[in-house]
Amino acid sequence: MLLTLREVTKTYPGAEAPVLRGVSFDLAAGEMLALTGESGSGKSTLLHLVGGLDTADSGVVAIEGTDLTLLDDADRAALRRGTAGVIFQQFNLIPSLTVAANIAFQARLARRHDPKRAQVLSGRLGLTEHLHKYPEQLSGGQQQRVAIARTLAPQPKLVLADEPTGNLDEATADTVFALLCELVSETGAGLILVTHSERLAGRMRRRLHLRAGQLT
Amino acid sequence: MNAAIFSALFAHWRCNPLQLITLLAGLAVGTALWSGVQAINAEARASYDAAAATLGEGMYGQITAQDGAPIPQQTYIALRRAGWNVSPIVEGKLGSVRLVGIDPLTAPGGIGPVSVGSGADLAAFLSGAGQIFARADTLLHLPVTGLQGIATPEVAPNTAITDIGLAQRLLGKGDQIDRLLVAPEQPLTRRPLAEVAPDLIETDAQGSNDVARLTDSFHLNLTAFGLLSFAVGLFIVHGAIGLAFEQRRAMVRTLRALGVPLRRLIGLMVVELAVLALVAGVIGVALGYGVAAALLPDVAATLRGLYGADVSGQLALRPVWWLSGLAIAMGGTVVAAAGALWSLARMPLLASAQPRAWAMARRQGRFVAVSLGLLAVAAGIAVWGHGLMAGFILLGALLIGGALALPPLLGLVLRLGEGWARGPVAQWFWADSRQQLPGLSLALMALLLAMAANVGVSTMVSSFRLTFTSFLDQRLASELYVSASTAEQAAAITALAPTRADAVLPILSIDQQIAGLPAEIYGARDHATYRDNWQLLRAVPNAWEALAQGGGVLINEQLFRRAGLDLGAEVTIAPGVSLPVLGIYGDYGNPVGQVIVTEAVFRRQFPAVVALRFGLRINPAQVAALRAGLRDQGGVTDSAMVDQASIKALSLEVFERTFTVTTALNILTLAVAGFAILMSLLTLAAMRLPQLAPVWALGLTRRRLAALDLLRAMVLAALTGALALPLGLALAWALLAVVNVEAFGWRLPMYLFPLDYLRLGGLALLAAALAALWPAWRLSRMPPARLLGVFRHER
Ligand SMILES: Nc1ncnc2c1ncn2[C@@H]1O[C@H](COP(=O)(O)OP(=O)(O)OP(=O)(O)O)[C@@H](O)[C@H]1O
Ligand SMILES: [Mg+2]
Repeated sequence: MLLTLREVTKTYPGAEAPVLRGVSFDLAAGEMLALTGESGSGKSTLLHLVGGLDTADSGVVAIEGTDLTLLDDADRAALRRGTAGVIFQQFNLIPSLTVAANIAFQARLARRHDPKRAQVLSGRLGLTEHLHKYPEQLSGGQQQRVAIARTLAPQPKLVLADEPTGNLDEATADTVFALLCELVSETGAGLILVTHSERLAGRMRRRLHLRAGQLT
Repeated sequence: MNAAIFSALFAHWRCNPLQLITLLAGLAVGTALWSGVQAINAEARASYDAAAATLGEGMYGQITAQDGAPIPQQTYIALRRAGWNVSPIVEGKLGSVRLVGIDPLTAPGGIGPVSVGSGADLAAFLSGAGQIFARADTLLHLPVTGLQGIATPEVAPNTAITDIGLAQRLLGKGDQIDRLLVAPEQPLTRRPLAEVAPDLIETDAQGSNDVARLTDSFHLNLTAFGLLSFAVGLFIVHGAIGLAFEQRRAMVRTLRALGVPLRRLIGLMVVELAVLALVAGVIGVALGYGVAAALLPDVAATLRGLYGADVSGQLALRPVWWLSGLAIAMGGTVVAAAGALWSLARMPLLASAQPRAWAMARRQGRFVAVSLGLLAVAAGIAVWGHGLMAGFILLGALLIGGALALPPLLGLVLRLGEGWARGPVAQWFWADSRQQLPGLSLALMALLLAMAANVGVSTMVSSFRLTFTSFLDQRLASELYVSASTAEQAAAITALAPTRADAVLPILSIDQQIAGLPAEIYGARDHATYRDNWQLLRAVPNAWEALAQGGGVLINEQLFRRAGLDLGAEVTIAPGVSLPVLGIYGDYGNPVGQVIVTEAVFRRQFPAVVALRFGLRINPAQVAALRAGLRDQGGVTDSAMVDQASIKALSLEVFERTFTVTTALNILTLAVAGFAILMSLLTLAAMRLPQLAPVWALGLTRRRLAALDLLRAMVLAALTGALALPLGLALAWALLAVVNVEAFGWRLPMYLFPLDYLRLGGLALLAAALAALWPAWRLSRMPPARLLGVFRHER
């Protein structure tokens, strides 16, 4: 199993109620899953735990059998570099690097940089003419496509996308969504996509719904 | 409405106490630096004045009776009535100590530790309570007098100073006066001495005032560096205020959107700033005072000169001093705030509320142009400029041009680094450093100026010390220097001295126009004293032998520069008598040209001139005995005999003190620059999250990011240091070779001290590392949730 969650709970320091209370599910390699829920229901929190960006209070978050809660800071950083790629709603890119450098960055960190693959990805995502620009010179949709290219370049096993199309208009969102799903399925990675859009969620084969920190 | 706006302005500080502290600290530290350097400058000055004042009182002209007899009180009164600005002195031996009685009300400034300027001192001094000033070791040797002994390093060794009335009583001299000091400024309307008191004679200030003039140059240079430290302070204030405004753009936008008129808002912000500047200024003055007190040796003596502290050791702040400190804080704030308010006034209502530190990069083009212009001006002045004003413009242009050149140059280097970088992290490191540059430039400019000032100060002071030491060896080579007031006395000296001294070197001199310029011609005996101690700046081979055979002259640097007389040029010393220049010597401090010929030549050309001054070579242990002999048998007054060995020792000691003090100054400016870096890093830390969060999310640990931040601060400091070295050397060169030549007519040779520079570089790195340590530590401990917040909120 690619990803296993068992009875995961999380409470933010200072907060009274837990954000996640006993979340359990599995995700197989190549499986794509839409995660929906009201604002504040804990979707992003869940994604951060899976991506090794934050740690659960109790329960198990395991990728290929490795429990992330037992990893130290450096190991979690290594996980982020090569195994689980995250795409956020905005500000994914490193402002001081060009588009080309941004796309190559994560793959180079993971020592899996392949110029040919980067070139193919840029081409597929329509970024070829923007490679020498800086992120602030791109539109929102273009920026999200750069983020997708960057996340997929090192061929992660798991792609985590937190409302990657939340800031985009419907048509652009559809294009970006379609590209993401297409490219992820080509690599055979697992995908968890957080979205508010019923329309997009409806196109995914598997759906999970969070309500007040619990899966329903 | 005002109250509402104020509460909004205030609420911002309440929510961001760190920003308020940064602003206040920036202002306070800038002010403290200025005040501290002023204190240190004053310390150096006071030490030199004291040294000069104790150089056998040779600093001032004197009036004595021809026969060395006491001067009656009435004659003194008559002279003062006739317009003479003179001050009475009585002296004698109190046990083994030389006791000098002075009249603090009329004494020219800089005589001893007591002067009219220092109110509290004077009252006690005059009140008859009875105070006697001497060095601590001298005080131990004083017989019991019933007077309150006050230890001060500002008095010559084995000398005590007290009020003239007390001295007369202690020495049993009744109303009599031994001699009168002639102040440098005299009314032109005064009646001639021969008319008022025909039996008195006036002697000019003596050769030892060369030392005083030399120190004038030192003062000028130190003052220039005081201004430099002010510039460092100003940069820091500027940075603090600029950031404070950047951080409040969002609030200003909101307030304006809510209908607050721009003009009123700006007015209130000015009021707010004025209050903050006042508070920070007071803190800064107090800090500068504390720093001066903590850093300087002989605090009591120092602070007496500066703050008018009373003798009990309690410090009293002089109004002038703290007012000037406050004025600096306010002035600096005005200068720094003007630009920020201006850009605020022009900010469109809907402009981005995001702090624009990053956007400042766009202004760099203008920086480059201004900087290049200023450096071109500096180069132009260095080559073609004339006059003291030009010298100061050169300094200013160098300073500002150099500071403005820093960000673009650093940008260039960082770009190169990015080009060379191989790994992704290295590449990001350079790119991110470049992006951070605008936010850090002001602090880095302050560091640049601080380091340049340090390089300049240490080069200047060390060069000065080397020059000064060899100059002292040259000028004070003879152990005892005696001047006779009459030809008979001179004859007595020539008769007496050879029995005890190893050598008697008569000094013959006459004032003469040389090459159309005022100059003096000296006749010197051919003796090893000159050959061993005089260093010639340039000379023909075997210059001394040729001089001894009457085959030429030596001239001083002033004459060489002004009259353009180089080696081999013929100097006409008397009608029809021309001799070639054999060598040129440094004559620091002398305002006029000088020509040295050998004694035989001089006597042949000017047979009427009688030698009135003598350098006596003698075993230092014998000096006291010889003095006594000359006084008792030759009638030479004590003040006419200068014990040069102790002067030399005293001067060198003073130099060591100045050294300690400049080291303190160096550390102080560096510490302040380091503090500026810390403040900038802290302020930037929040703005930097959007840069750091993606890199962290992509798989770098916080610890690694923190280490990179630390490294970045050190790399920037090292690059800044590399640029500060040439700038500091250029500043030192401008001071020594341009400003000094313009102001005094001679050039202070410049020496280089690579080890000092290396140590300074190390200190700068240390300062940068210390400054970056805390922000880096905070980053390494930052909760992931805060970093994730970047992806959640609108920036
Ligand atoms: N750093 C934090 N500190 C304290 N509470 C937090 C923090 N981050 C999130 N929360 C709280 O945890 C809850 C879940 O937040 P989360 O961001 O996971 O929700 P979400 O489902 O992603 O919502 P949205 O759809 O609006 O993005 C919210 O109530 C939020 O206020
Ligand atoms: Mg969310």
